[in-house]
Amino acid sequence: MKRLLDVLREDLQLTGTKEGCGEGECGSCSVRMNGELVNSCLVPVLQVEGAEIQTVEGLALNGELHPLQKAFLQHGGAQCGICTPGMLMASAQLLEHCPHPDMSQIREALAGNLCRCTGFMRIFESVAATNLPESAEHSAESSTERTRHAR
Amino acid sequence: MRGNAAMHDLVAPGELGAVLELLAAEPGAWTPIAGGTELMVAFAAGRLAAPKLVSLWGIPDLHTIDVTPQSVVIGAAATFLDLRRHAVIATEFLLLAKAASWIGSIANQGRATLGGNLVNGSPAADSSPALLAYDAEIEMISVRGRRRVPYSAFHTGYKRNALLPDELLYAIHLPRRFAHHVQYLRKVGTRRAMAIAKVALGATALLEKGVIREIRLGAASLAPYPTRLLQTESALIGQVITRGTIESAHRVLLAEVKPIDDIRSTAQYRRRVAVNLLDEFLLSLPQEETQT
Repeated sequence: MKRLLDVLREDLQLTGTKEGCGEGECGSCSVRMNGELVNSCLVPVLQVEGAEIQTVEGLALNGELHPLQKAFLQHGGAQCGICTPGMLMASAQLLEHCPHPDMSQIREALAGNLCRCTGFMRIFESVAATNLPESAEHSAESSTERTRHAR
Repeated sequence: MRGNAAMHDLVAPGELGAVLELLAAEPGAWTPIAGGTELMVAFAAGRLAAPKLVSLWGIPDLHTIDVTPQSVVIGAAATFLDLRRHAVIATEFLLLAKAASWIGSIANQGRATLGGNLVNGSPAADSSPALLAYDAEIEMISVRGRRRVPYSAFHTGYKRNALLPDELLYAIHLPRRFAHHVQYLRKVGTRRAMAIAKVALGATALLEKGVIREIRLGAASLAPYPTRLLQTESALIGQVITRGTIESAHRVLLAEVKPIDDIRSTAQYRRRVAVNLLDEFLLSLPQEETQT
């Protein structure tokens, strides 16, 4: 019954994924599992066998920040930083399905990720301002692969 | 107190037959777990009373959605994102697609399953009003075979249901005959996402020349379990919508519902909202032209 969150943080030392509420309410521990966003605090690790997991460590590629990470930096989308990895993963999930989201789509995609610093507006603005390169989908795939190898 | 992983034995046989064998070998000893959005919360809080769990995640028979000319059959472990993305559900069973979009957040919708929502049996379950309004049937399975009950008979008490100790919820059947019904669903909660309903009402009705020929009202948080409002339905069958019909439906509704005071709302507020939701639905029905 070990949680995916604990395996990531404690066994694999991938501490980018944060624990907030531990009950699926706050989104701090969001990661992507086989291309879907999940709260890793609610995933028993046994169910992860054979699955591809992408954590925030897998967003940047070849030492270059993901466009979302650059946008969060430029637009003040992060303050204390605890919610940021989850915000980035939920945003990456949105952009993969919807590369040019409107504000209501951004709000829905991030509705399960709580932030107590920014007041959310700068996070929403960061996502809206993100310019994905043409090959973004491809790099998302390769970084998933990289995280998987890190297991 | 935090949950202790060593206190819970989780197995994942990976196929349905093996899960059913486990349930049959030790009836009541195993707790099925699918997306974990309910049980893992209880685990984290140290209040999961389930020493032995069997995983249903990733078992193909349990998460397929089959469409036949007569019905849509949803595997119990289909997630709410699966429902939202399914073309037939999104067009013919709008209320269910809408309810799916209200479950927690995207991360919860990708893991939470329709069957889990029903087996958990919360009086406030988001999917229940829609399934009641669509006259859903529940199919259960065990090594002894399969059987079906109307969803309106599935819940038998607070957090109790018709499943026997060796049975698993297998599928939810939706009859494809609501294309001409007026359909309605509204949830009243504190915010749009991550909120549990204070009250929700789902409804379908079929009218003929302004007369209500069929009506189904499915309610959440108005009784110890999700329930059809059968007495209120009876008061409306065969009626045309007039001020008098609506007022008498209010009286029956207020006598029929049994809301409680709890952390999310009060019984008094729930009664008032229930009446308002019924009103909103009834006033959306096509009215006969001579009526005002």
